Amino acid sequence: MSERLLEIRDLEVQYLTMGSTVRAVNGLSLVLNKGETLGVVGETGAGKTTLALSIMQLLPKKIGRIAGGSIVFAGQSILDASAREMRSVRGDEIAMIFQDPMTSLNPVMTIGDQVAEMLELHSEGRDKKEISDKVDALLEMVGIPAERKEEYPHQFSGGMRQRVVIAIALACNPTLLIADEPTTALDVTIQAQVLEMMEDLKTRLNTSMLLITHDLGVVAAMCDSVAVMYAGRIIEYGSVDQIFESPLHPYTIGLFNAIPSLEGKTHRLIPIEGLMPNPAELPQGCSFHPRCTKCMEVCRHQSPPDFDEGGHTVACHLFGADKEGA
Amino acid sequence: MDDIILDVRNLKKYFPTPHGMLHAVDDVSLSICKGQTLGLVGESGCGKSTIGRTILRLIEPTSGEIYFEGSNILEVPKSQFKSMRRNMQFIFQDPYSSINPRLTVSQSIAEPLIVNKLASSKRELHELVLHYMEMVGLDHRLASAYPHELDGGRRQRIGIARALSVRPRFIVCDEPVSALDVSIQAQILNLLQDLQEQLDLTYIFVTHNLSVVKHISNEIAVMYLGQIVEKCRTEELFERPLHPYTRALLSAILVPSPKARNKKREILKGEITSPINPAPGCRFAKRCNYATAACAEAGCELRDMGGGHMTSCARVNAGELKWD
Ligand SMILES: Nc1ncnc2c1ncn2[C@@H]1O[C@H](COP(=O)(O)OP(=O)(O)O)[C@@H](O)[C@H]1O
Ligand SMILES: Nc1ncnc2c1ncn2[C@@H]1O[C@H](COP(=O)(O)OP(=O)(O)O)[C@@H](O)[C@H]1O
Ligand code: SF4
Ligand SMILES: [Mg+2]
Ligand SMILES: [Mg+2]
Repeated sequence: MSERLLEIRDLEVQYLTMGSTVRAVNGLSLVLNKGETLGVVGETGAGKTTLALSIMQLLPKKIGRIAGGSIVFAGQSILDASAREMRSVRGDEIAMIFQDPMTSLNPVMTIGDQVAEMLELHSEGRDKKEISDKVDALLEMVGIPAERKEEYPHQFSGGMRQRVVIAIALACNPTLLIADEPTTALDVTIQAQVLEMMEDLKTRLNTSMLLITHDLGVVAAMCDSVAVMYAGRIIEYGSVDQIFESPLHPYTIGLFNAIPSLEGKTHRLIPIEGLMPNPAELPQGCSFHPRCTKCMEVCRHQSPPDFDEGGHTVACHLFGADKEGA
Repeated sequence: MDDIILDVRNLKKYFPTPHGMLHAVDDVSLSICKGQTLGLVGESGCGKSTIGRTILRLIEPTSGEIYFEGSNILEVPKSQFKSMRRNMQFIFQDPYSSINPRLTVSQSIAEPLIVNKLASSKRELHELVLHYMEMVGLDHRLASAYPHELDGGRRQRIGIARALSVRPRFIVCDEPVSALDVSIQAQILNLLQDLQEQLDLTYIFVTHNLSVVKHISNEIAVMYLGQIVEKCRTEELFERPLHPYTRALLSAILVPSPKARNKKREILKGEITSPINPAPGCRFAKRCNYATAACAEAGCELRDMGGGHMTSCARVNAGELKWD
């Protein structure tokens, strides 16, 4: 039986910058169940990081604001939580890994101290020895020899730093791990190591995960379900099999066509023409319509609703009751 | 071999560092036929960009020979090399590093034309600029835009137009699509392929992305710590990889298909080691799942294992390692 851990409804997030309103997230809804790994895929500017920061309540102050919708985590509304409650949620319940590990590391503190600090915050009454043993265990778990705990972040490679961040994230034994492009900056063989480790930890600790990436290969390898994001909205959602075996949305299909295949020889790629829309001037109707090869009259004026069939959801006028001429 | 345009022999580039000599490129030999694309793949720091830069003499090699259309360009005095350089161009990963942010799109494309005196009048210059903008798919409207106003894909097109404007025969493309989203990456890859066909260009295509390199290259050289460890035709490399490093690299690729999930992955131990004063023997030995004690002393020379499929693994070359 699947139990809901995170439920987001009609989320609207905006950045207010000199004279313009950047609509980074536009009516986004998604559900993440306990123990599940949900992949959020999309290209640069789709609003993926904004989504993660909204859940963590870490949007840039003054500039970023949640303009509507709800985020419910473990039965509690995150948007109604006080700053203090949020601090404890961030420490105890939800941990986040960023693309650049230095975002989360303190350059002038040894990595051992950083893991220890997180442990101390989350465990009353443990003594020094206990904490120190736990630090060693966590570092070993992510493949870093405990002898190196007295070293500073700059003494490690990118892949190792990212593993230190993962060790810190796990120090609070979170219910939900949000990983924003955790392996994008890493070489493939190191990516393979880090992903294997994340998978292993996830099964051992039964952590749920929101894995944000632009890499469909990472999603296929790691996720149970997939949400495809475009211009601040989930335009298609389904199980990994549904999305990869029978994608429905023209944008999702376009993404698959644009990737050079490893099986067989593709002579020519099929790019998606045009560019991601500027979120300060989103097009009317379906945000994808200026780039869509299947665009119909209705697409220019009316934003498509979510059409649902057996848990596979798609926001496109080609489907459902809106279907033209069908 | 027919019509070799570039022939590099025993190229070395060492950088002195406070901790010793860094062997960025260590005895690399390669050649490319006219109109072909050679892909250079390997993890960050393995020396791909340094090879590209030395071939164009953006930096001087420590030793080696580089023959371009038959003449050793290292013997050409620097002052005379400028006119040769026109034939050999470079496209950078980050167009910002090569484009002056204070120049408009048209000024940027005009610059190499002016430097190389390729236009006889203001009018011709203007026409040439528009011609190259069209060729790379930049709208004329953008002529007076500044690079910061453009997206990454368009900035990359400026870099490509600049490289093309001097009518080169050979281009080193150094990770030209690595910073781009896949939908834009496909546009640029198609563009590079079209231009190659139209203008009979020869490319060295540097990348760490294996599906991109497979798509674009006729031949691939896999590098590890400054050396080529395997080299052959593209299809051959993906069908019959020989070097344990190549095999691990291919196995680490995440194919965008859930069916690939059950595939047994080969996970390498450790990380790429430092190229400073490297020990003799196979540089991959420390991470190799098939290394024996002898590998640390083996002379790892590239050897032809049949049909031009070269590999440097001593165990493969000795017939000790066979893959099914
Ligand atoms: N602090 C900010 N101020 C103004 N605009 C922002 C800010 N952060 C992000 N944006 C804009 O919001 C949109 C979504 O950005 P982001 O969430 O970072 O997307 P992604 O992570 O998918 O690349 C982009 O158009 C981006 O330029
Ligand atoms: N100017 C330089 N001085 C010192 N070391 C350098 C210099 N340029 C590159 N290197 C070193 O040479 C090695 C190869 O670098 P590079 O050719 O940039 O690799 P790649 O392009 O494969 O990532 C790396 O270890 C890098 O740190
Ligand atoms: S709603 Fe219309 S424009 Fe949007 S993706 Fe579907 S067919 Fe294309
Ligand atoms: Mg992001
Ligand atoms: Mg490089």
